[in-house]
Amino acid sequence: MIRKTFESEIQQVKDEVILLGSMVEHAILGSVEALKKRDIAASEKIMAEDKEINKKRFAIENQLMILIATQQPMAHDLRLLASTMEIISELERMGDYAKGIANINIRMGEEALLKPLIDIPRMAQIGTSMLHRALSAFINEDVEVAKSIPVEDDEVDALYNQIYRELMLIIIQDPKSIERANWLLWVAHNLERVADRVTNICERTIFIATGSFSEIKSSDDEFWKGQHR
Amino acid sequence: MENKYAIESNNLSIHYGSYTAVKDVSVKIQPQKITAIIGPSGCGKSTLLRALNRMNDFVPGCHVTGELLLQGQNLYGNQIDPVEVRRKIGMVFQKPNPFPKSIYENIAWGARINGFKGKMDELVEQSLRSAALWDEVKDKLQESAYALSGGQQQRLCIARTIAIQPEIILMDEPASALDPISTLRIEELMQELKKNYTIIIVTHNMQQAARASDFTAMMMIDDNRAGGVIEFDETKKIFTRPSDKRTEDYVTGRFG
Repeated sequence: MIRKTFESEIQQVKDEVILLGSMVEHAILGSVEALKKRDIAASEKIMAEDKEINKKRFAIENQLMILIATQQPMAHDLRLLASTMEIISELERMGDYAKGIANINIRMGEEALLKPLIDIPRMAQIGTSMLHRALSAFINEDVEVAKSIPVEDDEVDALYNQIYRELMLIIIQDPKSIERANWLLWVAHNLERVADRVTNICERTIFIATGSFSEIKSSDDEFWKGQHR
Repeated sequence: MENKYAIESNNLSIHYGSYTAVKDVSVKIQPQKITAIIGPSGCGKSTLLRALNRMNDFVPGCHVTGELLLQGQNLYGNQIDPVEVRRKIGMVFQKPNPFPKSIYENIAWGARINGFKGKMDELVEQSLRSAALWDEVKDKLQESAYALSGGQQQRLCIARTIAIQPEIILMDEPASALDPISTLRIEELMQELKKNYTIIIVTHNMQQAARASDFTAMMMIDDNRAGGVIEFDETKKIFTRPSDKRTEDYVTGRFG
């Protein structure tokens, strides 16, 4: 193999991306768990850990810049490095969603949850499971898996729709619940966005492997279609 | 449509005796664009380039089959004068090769031989300006060309080539003997020259092909050691998403 050094440096970057991904997964699941238990200290820890996620993202970005500058990547290598730049940015933003959920829990203070959380943890479960498999597909450049994951976003959207309607109903019945309902709506919205960003990662993986861009679908459109019947 | 392409080859093959060095090259070169020919050593890049202006005529035992069309005319046709071909299709070589004469004479000589009847001073100035060399040499036109730096000598050779107003300029590794700054200067010059000329460049430097060319021809030898063009496309496509696995391996440095 001619480019042994370059290959091993690419492998190192991929390992770091997996590490960043697991930090993000951990943050998303942890933020919802803390909310469910109304554990303020756990949420504060997640807010602090987001700084580590951001740091890791910039460290990977720096590694990528150095590889682009020193190795003059072409064709597949170029697509991989440029797309990885995009993917780490997606991951960092997902970390911000977890931070947002932690922030909501802290702001809620002594206030009790409006309702027990069932669908929201389910959204977090599906979203992080999608993320986990999307990153494996990225590492293996598995186009078939990358194509199959975004379909699961429908379930996340359906849960979001359901939570939205449920909260609207509660607000109509008791307008004093607006603020607490709004908090939960934000949480659900953040989780819905996580799944959307997983779709973006899958699109990048397909691009790396095949060289062609294909937008899989935009679930935002699906959501708004549902709201304007 | 006539003259749609600057030069076009159909199944062009180059043989040395019974050995085929380059086989069945069919390419259509766009006018006023830069086309790079890349590929591993020994794949026939220079051989192909030299066939384009019949420089291989000088090689004993070399013969060419197939068609090479310049404005619909087969350059290997019976009635074609190879000297006339080389006037229309100039070449710049790897190592700068100015004549052992003054800077001025390096340009004037070829023009004079080709029957140039206009104002020679103007032609010399215009050619040196086109080659982005005028400002550096205007006060020492009578000095020996050998007093110039390598990069300047190469630009002088380019000025000499364009003084006889060719249609196509062939460049065989024109920057491989130059330092990086002189190399970039030649690449910038190529961008200026393509406004008036069609340029075909052979280069070992893939980054140079990527930076400086509009189209890229990827060459590779087959099982019989005959070189051929395996992929020909826009440069931006060749270096971001090539179609052929062998091109991919070459441009990413996995092969060659």
